[in-house]
Amino acid sequence: MKQDIILAGVGGQGILTIAAIIGQAALDNGLNMKQAEVHGMSQRGGDVQSHLRISDKAIYSDLIAKGDCDMILSVEPMEALRYKPYLAQTGWLITNSTPFMNIPNYPEQDGLEKEIYSIKNHVLLNADQIAKDLGSARAMNIVMLGAATKYLNIPYKSFEIALQIIFGRKGQNIVDMNIKALAAGRKFADEKL
Amino acid sequence: MKKLMLLGDEALAQGAVDAGCSGVFAYPGTPSTEIMEYIQKCPEALQRNIHRTWSSNEKTAVEEAVGMSYTGKRTMSCMKHVGLNVAADPFMNSAFVGANGGHIVTVADDPSMHSSQNEQDSRFYAKFAMIPCMEPSNQQECYDMTFHAYELSEKYHLPVMLRLETRLSHSRSGVQRRDMLPENELKLPEDRNQFMLLPAFARRKYKHLIEIQPDLTEESENSPFNWVEEGKDTSLGIIASGLAYNYVKEVTIRYNCEYPILKISQYPIPVKMIEKFMDNCDKILVVEEGQPLVEEMLKGAIPKDSRIMGRLDGTFTRDGEMDPNKVAAALGKETRTGESLPEIVTGRPPALCVGCPHIDSYKALNDVLKSYVEDGQRHVFSDIGCYTLGFLPPYNAINTCLDMGASITMAKGAANAGLFPAIAVIGDSTFCHSGMTGLLDCIYDKTNLVIIILDNSTTGMTGGQDYTGFGRLEAICIGLGVEKEHIRVVTPLSRNFEENVQILKEEIDYKGVSVVIPRRECVQTMTRRMRALKKQEAK
Repeated sequence: MKQDIILAGVGGQGILTIAAIIGQAALDNGLNMKQAEVHGMSQRGGDVQSHLRISDKAIYSDLIAKGDCDMILSVEPMEALRYKPYLAQTGWLITNSTPFMNIPNYPEQDGLEKEIYSIKNHVLLNADQIAKDLGSARAMNIVMLGAATKYLNIPYKSFEIALQIIFGRKGQNIVDMNIKALAAGRKFADEKL
Repeated sequence: MKKLMLLGDEALAQGAVDAGCSGVFAYPGTPSTEIMEYIQKCPEALQRNIHRTWSSNEKTAVEEAVGMSYTGKRTMSCMKHVGLNVAADPFMNSAFVGANGGHIVTVADDPSMHSSQNEQDSRFYAKFAMIPCMEPSNQQECYDMTFHAYELSEKYHLPVMLRLETRLSHSRSGVQRRDMLPENELKLPEDRNQFMLLPAFARRKYKHLIEIQPDLTEESENSPFNWVEEGKDTSLGIIASGLAYNYVKEVTIRYNCEYPILKISQYPIPVKMIEKFMDNCDKILVVEEGQPLVEEMLKGAIPKDSRIMGRLDGTFTRDGEMDPNKVAAALGKETRTGESLPEIVTGRPPALCVGCPHIDSYKALNDVLKSYVEDGQRHVFSDIGCYTLGFLPPYNAINTCLDMGASITMAKGAANAGLFPAIAVIGDSTFCHSGMTGLLDCIYDKTNLVIIILDNSTTGMTGGQDYTGFGRLEAICIGLGVEKEHIRVVTPLSRNFEENVQILKEEIDYKGVSVVIPRRECVQTMTRRMRALKKQEAK
């Protein structure tokens, strides 16, 4: 079993939290993992990405090769497309549809969606809206993770346990909210088919 | 013990603590910052009360580490690659005085310049100083090598360099810890001459350093981190160093290549090992992260040996970091490239945060300069930090970024040439790192310039670390000789715009050294502080 995942977004959108949760869930299942992060200048509102690799065998490279990525999981639609050259033909692109517009020349939403629809395996969801409806806009990233769990080779239960471990010190309310957000994202992915 | 999920930086920090390090000395710099940040939170480091506060700059950090080594304790200095330029003086000479307690100089390089002005390869510095260098290829080696490096450092009484790169510094993986070693006892040097570099002693030290080089090479020949992996297909042998070894393994396993591999993670290069390896292979591919150090050594000055492929013959690009696609292409494997980047995707460069105090400072500066130069003709010297982003539109406020502290000294040089107004823009932490001596030059020379110290009360770009001169900027300026009435502290807010423009104008018109300090806390650290406060109140 090997899964190469690129997490994408804009600095500050919470992709490292997603990475930490997937990493925790992978560890609990006895898998190896490597996760390359972006720190420094790009974190100031620039595009950020994290290469996350999970395998039951030894992992060497910290970086995923182009054309090899099994999943792009993005919290922002244009950022999802930025890593298209990495996506394997069989890979999944799972992205939030809410744009993060901090540049003057941000492209038309229609054009972006057209590009996303052109990718065979895609899940496009308005995670911001789903999170807001649940009463916690900040859980947008966990909604996205929820949608991705359908295509990750790790039992769903492990993600709930990981949320408990990672958000546990913030109180049970926060944990419960995130478990709900995870479920809402998963529900969207399940209903899509 | 359970495996820890650690960044390369963190694995190295935990390794240092577990190997008995008594103090870490550093100035923040991407990608090395997380080493000290980890030490500042690590329970074992807190329990042992290991020294863990920031230094003013990399030079003071290395000197402080040499001082700790003098007392027999194990120590570590850490910095980013360009930080070693700042620390080059004590670094080079520390190879002469050596180490009493083990001294690891950790340097994190930034190939592809994700967050840096250049991509210099620190292994050249280790070679230049004639000290051993260790180059981990994964997080576990980051941890294990600290133990090995301390032993090596104490065995030969030499500092040892540990070289990291961005991809390892900022990549996380499982790390197995070992039992903790006790700290060294305080033991002052028995040889009174050891740390004394009067020329007569220095000459002797240098001879000694030359004499032990074969021993250091022998250590590399027998290092547990250097090895050969046999392969049936000897039409090509791959020499891979440090991080690049990972890409080689990834690709050779993927494509079932059976080439022999020589991994180098300890320098000076293991000459006998390489010689034997090369004798058994027809051609040689050298894969290294950074500049072609091993490749150049193998080729020599007259590159007759066309067997050797790498960055010098165009097999790899001369610049930029390695990745699995580059290595696969070098091995003649058709890489599975995905589809091309959709045209609709536009760049998203980093930018100053919403509400950043620097924005207000730049607006005022741009406005005041309208009365001196035509629009688009501004020339403002600046420095390294978040505020370097003020170069980008819509601000277009600054023109230069050379090295830490250079805004003041470049502005001075330009003023000396007759430029008016001569303006330097520098951050508060950068000013304390290496702007203070430049200011002293200006005072001594009575230079006509305005120095704007953007005070967001933190080291912002690297994520908000504290710094040595916090709360003392005016006192420092007065102490260095700036006249009190020409140190102007302002609050960069839009409601103060007119007033701030006026103050800048007054100081530009004053013929002498002026310091304007726009002071408002970084929005990132403020948000974090407020959140922590709220949490505390909730309790």
